[in-house]
Amino acid sequence: MELNARIPDGPIDKKWEKHKFDLKLVNPANKRKYKVLVVGSGLAGGAAAASLAELGYEVECFCYQDSPRRAHSIAAQGGINAAKNYQNDGDSVYRLFYDTVKGGDFRAREANVHRLAEVSNNIIDQCVAQGVPFAREYGGLLDNRSFGGAQVSRTFYARGQTGQQLLIGAYQALERQIGLGKVKMFPRHEMLEVIVVDGVAKGIVVRDMVTGEVTSHVADAVCLATGGYGNVFYLSTNAKGCNGTAVWRAYKKGAAFANPCFTQIHPTCIPVTGDHQSKLTLMSESLRNDGRIWVPKRKEDCGKPASQIPEEDRDYYLERKYPSYGNLAPRDVSSRAAKQVCDEGRGVGPTRLGVYLDFSDAINRLGANKIEEKYGNLFEMYERITDENPYKTPMRIFPASHYTMGGLWVDYDLMSTIPGLFVLGEANFSDHGANRLGASALMQGLADGYFVIPYTIGGYLAGIKPGTRIKADDPAVKAAEQAVTDRTDKLMSIGGKETPTHFHRELGKVMWEMCGMGRNEAGLKKALELIPQIREEFWKNLRIPGTGNDVNQSLEAAGRVADFLEIGELMCLDALERRESCGGHFREEWQTEEGEALRDDENFAHVAAWEYKGEGQAPVRHTEQLAFENVHLATRSYK
Amino acid sequence: MSKHLNLTLHVWRQKNAKCDGKFVEYPAENISPDMSFLEMLDVVNEGLIRKGEEPITFDHDCREGICGTCSMVINGRPHGPRERTTTCQLHMRSFKDGDSITLEPWRAEAFPVIKDLMVDRGAFDRIIAAGGFISVPTGSPQDANALPIPKQSADLSMDAAACIGCGACVAACPNASAMLFVSAKISHLGHLPQGQPERHIRVRDMIAQMDAEEFGTCTNHGECEAACPKGIKMENIARMNRDFIKASLTYRPATSGGGVG
Repeated sequence: MELNARIPDGPIDKKWEKHKFDLKLVNPANKRKYKVLVVGSGLAGGAAAASLAELGYEVECFCYQDSPRRAHSIAAQGGINAAKNYQNDGDSVYRLFYDTVKGGDFRAREANVHRLAEVSNNIIDQCVAQGVPFAREYGGLLDNRSFGGAQVSRTFYARGQTGQQLLIGAYQALERQIGLGKVKMFPRHEMLEVIVVDGVAKGIVVRDMVTGEVTSHVADAVCLATGGYGNVFYLSTNAKGCNGTAVWRAYKKGAAFANPCFTQIHPTCIPVTGDHQSKLTLMSESLRNDGRIWVPKRKEDCGKPASQIPEEDRDYYLERKYPSYGNLAPRDVSSRAAKQVCDEGRGVGPTRLGVYLDFSDAINRLGANKIEEKYGNLFEMYERITDENPYKTPMRIFPASHYTMGGLWVDYDLMSTIPGLFVLGEANFSDHGANRLGASALMQGLADGYFVIPYTIGGYLAGIKPGTRIKADDPAVKAAEQAVTDRTDKLMSIGGKETPTHFHRELGKVMWEMCGMGRNEAGLKKALELIPQIREEFWKNLRIPGTGNDVNQSLEAAGRVADFLEIGELMCLDALERRESCGGHFREEWQTEEGEALRDDENFAHVAAWEYKGEGQAPVRHTEQLAFENVHLATRSYK
Repeated sequence: MSKHLNLTLHVWRQKNAKCDGKFVEYPAENISPDMSFLEMLDVVNEGLIRKGEEPITFDHDCREGICGTCSMVINGRPHGPRERTTTCQLHMRSFKDGDSITLEPWRAEAFPVIKDLMVDRGAFDRIIAAGGFISVPTGSPQDANALPIPKQSADLSMDAAACIGCGACVAACPNASAMLFVSAKISHLGHLPQGQPERHIRVRDMIAQMDAEEFGTCTNHGECEAACPKGIKMENIARMNRDFIKASLTYRPATSGGGVG
C-alpha cells in the first residue's frame, strides 16, 4: 500500500489556490451525468450533498436517523472557529493554522490544516447568508468568544446550540436540493458495504431499517461522512446510534485506517451514576472560565459534603500544576489530571469518580444572576440530570470519550486509499493530529463539505468517462449484497442468551480501563487478549429477537457492536505500537518527571495507517512521515 | 442511596402501520431514580431480549435533548410530566414507587406508526423542502459582517430556530396541527434580512405542503406551546398567519420571458 498524500508544491499559503487551478474541471453540462453517493448527513455530509447537487451532480444521500436534521453534529454546544479577526486582536489565517497544528501536538498534516484555516472565513459567510442566527453585538455585528488553546477571540456561536444551528443551515440547503429533485434522500438507511470493482469504489450496499430490505446503489464516487467511533467506549458523549460501521466496512475493503488510537477524552462531563448508564452528557468547556476545579487534599475527606471541607483542605490541582492556564488547560491535560487525583483515591461523589467544578467564587464575585445569564441553560441541564443545584453545591464532573481524531486515511483531496472513496469530517483523520481544539470540529466538517470536496471530487470525476458506471447486476454488486445478507443471517441465527448491549458494555470497560486516558504496554497487551475473548463470546452467545425483515433495533445494535469489537482491537494495537505520548494518546512509559506527555519526534512524527490483510491476519502498519516546515516542532507547555 | 422504584408500564405495541396495535403491560422493577426515562426502558428491553421477546421499539439518539428524535406520549403528555423537557432528559425521580405509566406513540394522521412507539415524521422534512430555507448556493455570499443585523432580530430568530423538530406540538394538538413547527421556521428566517426575498413564497409553499400532508389547523388551544420542550411560542403562529395573508393578497404568478439572450 502506498500512502501518497499528494500535497501540492509551493509555499503553504499558495498550495490550495494553486491546486484548485490545477484540478481538472467537469463541464457544467456533463455534471448531471455523474452520480455521487454521500453517506451521513451531518455537517460534513449534509454540506457536501447540498453543495454537490448545487453544482449539478446527481446525488443520493443516506443517514441512519429518521431525518438528516438529527445527525450528531447537532449536539455541539460551544462554537465554530474562524480567522476573521473581527476583534482586531491579532488573529489571521496563519495564526489559526499555527494554533491548530500546535494544539494537535504536531501530528496533523500542515497543508490540510492551512487549507482548513483558509476556508474557515468562507464558512462563516456561508452560514450567515443561510440564516444561521449567530450571537451579535448591539451594533449588529457578529460576536465572538474565547476557547481553549487560543489567545484570540475567534469563536462564533449561537447560544449553547451552535452545532444545532449550523446543522439546520446545512439541512435546509440539503432539503432545498431534495425539493428540487437534485438529491434523493434515504433516511433510516444504514450503509453496510462498499462496492469495490478493480480497486475502485463504485457504490454501496444499504439496509432499509424499516423494511429490512438490502439494496445496492452504484455511482461514480462515494463520500463517507459518518462521524467518529467514540462509542467504542460504550459510554461517550456521542449519540446512541453513532457507530464505526461504514468506515470499518471501507477499511476491510482496502481503505487504510489512520491513527485509530487518537481519541479525545473531554474533561467536563457529568459522572456515571450506575450500571444502567447509557450515555454521558457533556458540560460545555466554557464553564471552566468561571468554575474552579478541586478535590479534597486528603482521601478521608472525600466522603464529606463539599461545604464541610475548609478552603485549606482543598486541592485546586489544575491551578497548582498549571498556574498560567489554570482551569483552562487543554482537554487532554485536564482529563489526565482528573484521572490522576481519582487514581490517588481523592475523587468525590458516590462512585469516587468525579471532581468538583465549583462556581462559589464566581457567584460571590459576580452574583448568581450574572452566572445564570452566562450558564443558566447548562446549570438547568445539570440539575435535571443529577438533581443537585449547582448554584448551591459544586458540580461534579468526570472525563468521557467525546471525539476521535483518528479515522480513514485521506490524501490532500480527501480521497482514501480506495480511489473514488472520499472521507469527510470526523470520519477522516487529517486535521486535528493527536488532540482537537475546542470549536474546531464544526469548522472541519463544514470546510470539508462546503469548500473542499466540491473542488476535489471534480478533479477525480473529470478523469472518468461519463456513463461508464457499473450496472446494477454487476457480479461485484451481487457479491456485496450477498455479504450483507449473510452477515445479517449470521447475527440472527446465533441464538444465544445475551443482549448486544451486554457485549458493548464489556468492550467499553476494557477500552476505558486499558486504552482510555492512560495507556501502558501491559494494559494494552491485556486488552488485546480480552477483546478477542469478548468477540468470541459475542458470536456464540448473542441473542436477537424478531426478524431481519422489519424494524429491529437489536439487530442494528448488534451489527455495530460486532464492528466495535474489531475497531477496539485495532485501537489497542495502534496505541501499543505508538511508543510515545502525544495529545490524547498518553503512554505512561513516556512522561516527564512532572507527569506530562513526552513526544518522540525522532521516531513518531508520522501518521500510522493500518492496512487490512484479511480475516485472522495481522493488519500491516504503514507510515506517512509528517514534515513541519512552517510550525516548528516544540514541546507544548501550559505551565 | 435513594429508594428504587417498582412500576407498571402500559405500552402501545404495534407491529407495523398496517397491523392493529394494543396496550401490553410490563413490570419495570428495581428502577433507580437516577435513571433517565429511556434508561428505564433500556432495562425493560434488556429483560425482554433475554426472555426472547421483542423489545419495545422507540426512537432515540442523542439523549441530551437536542436531536429531537425521542418521541413518546407519557401518561397522556408528549415527552411526559416535566415542562420544557424531552423524554430523554426526563428522569425517573419524577415518578413514585408503584406508579402506572402509559406509553403511546405520537398520534397524528400525518405521522404514521412504523412500529410500537416509533412514527414516521417525514412530513416535517417535506415541509422544509417546500420552502423552509434561504436559497444561497455554496460560495456565493458576501462577508458575514457586511450586513449588520439588530441584536434583537438575531435573538428572536434564534428563539424560533431552537425548535428541534420533535413533533410534540403535533402530538399535543387536538387537531394534530403542525402550525407551531411551521411557524417557528417562518419566524427563524423571517426575522432576518437574509430571509426577506423569499418571505412570501416561503410561507405560501410551506403552508401548501403542510396542508397536503393533512395536518390540522390551529384553533388556539395552546397545547403545542405547553408541550414544546424548547419553549417555542404561539406568537409565531400569529406571525405566520399575518405573513400568509399578506403573501396571499400580494401574490403574482411568476412572469415568463426573461433570460433570453
